[in-house]
Amino acid sequence: MAEKTCNLKIDIERCKGCLLCIEVCPVKILKASEHVNKRGIQYVVLTDPEKCTGCTLCAMMCPDCAITIE
Amino acid sequence: MKDAPTHYCPGCGHGLVHRLICECIDEMGLRDTTIAVAPVGCAVLAYDYWDFDTTEAAHGRTPAVATAIKRVHPKNLVFTYQGDGDLAAIGTAEIIHAGNRGENISVIFVNNGVYGMTGGQMAPTTLLGQRTATSQFTRRSDKEGFPLKIMEMMQVLPGVTYLERTSIHSPKEVINAKRAIKKSFQTQINGNGFSMVEIISPCPTYWGMTPVRSMKRIKEEVMEEYELGVVKDAS
Ligand SMILES: Cc1ncc(C[n+]2csc(CCOP(=O)(O)OP(=O)(O)O)c2C)c(N)n1
Repeated sequence: MAEKTCNLKIDIERCKGCLLCIEVCPVKILKASEHVNKRGIQYVVLTDPEKCTGCTLCAMMCPDCAITIE
Repeated sequence: MKDAPTHYCPGCGHGLVHRLICECIDEMGLRDTTIAVAPVGCAVLAYDYWDFDTTEAAHGRTPAVATAIKRVHPKNLVFTYQGDGDLAAIGTAEIIHAGNRGENISVIFVNNGVYGMTGGQMAPTTLLGQRTATSQFTRRSDKEGFPLKIMEMMQVLPGVTYLERTSIHSPKEVINAKRAIKKSFQTQINGNGFSMVEIISPCPTYWGMTPVRSMKRIKEEVMEEYELGVVKDAS
């Protein structure tokens, strides 16, 4: 298995479900969860961490600083 | 940014612009010497999110307050953060005269084309044909006039140094907006005078569309009226 190069974290309590990150992800590995957070918002989840290229486009478009990439 | 969730609606551009400003200030190492002036509008609580000194001014009067702060503290970075209702409606006089005096301040102008805080009423910047709470039959030029282009108005003032219109509808534009904000701050640090960055920003709630659709609207409709790019650069 290839070594993971990046570590994408989504703070589900900060996420407001605007879905702008899904739109810009070049490898389409973000999707709306079937669950809601404490505020009743359908947050975004990462479906396939292995495929993440660490391009940071999702974090760049996030209006709520909910995505961090290391 | 402070570790506090913002009160903005999902997909609102204010959160993104707040973050860009914070990134610029941190990258330039100015956190201890920055004084911001927050507007009246949705961003009225900006000081709850920014981890540097911020004060609040009456509606539209941030350039006047910033003028005073900058003259008393010339070594500090002083910038105003204003919406289009704040800057282009009630505060038109203040912004024009601050520019005309060539005050050495930076202005971040977030243009979402409506009065967000008070319920999506028409602003001077609203597009023709756009339906808002106070233009139920959409904005018509014979009754409500034309979209007001403050940047182009300010361009002719000799006191103004740097003007640029940017957007945040795609990652490329976000990077560009950040570069423009940084350049505006640098213009002030170099003592080159008045600079202003307009950022076209979405208001999904009062545009009545999803955040993703709002970003598309900026690209397809708003940018048709408000052309992006450097409007003036004498820095
Ligand atoms: C002197 C005065 N007049 C009117 C208001 C009401 N008011 C509050 S916010 C606002 C409009 C703000 O719109 P904008 O600057 O576009 O910011 P946004 O909320 O869209 O970010 C108005 C008219 C006020 N607070 N004070």
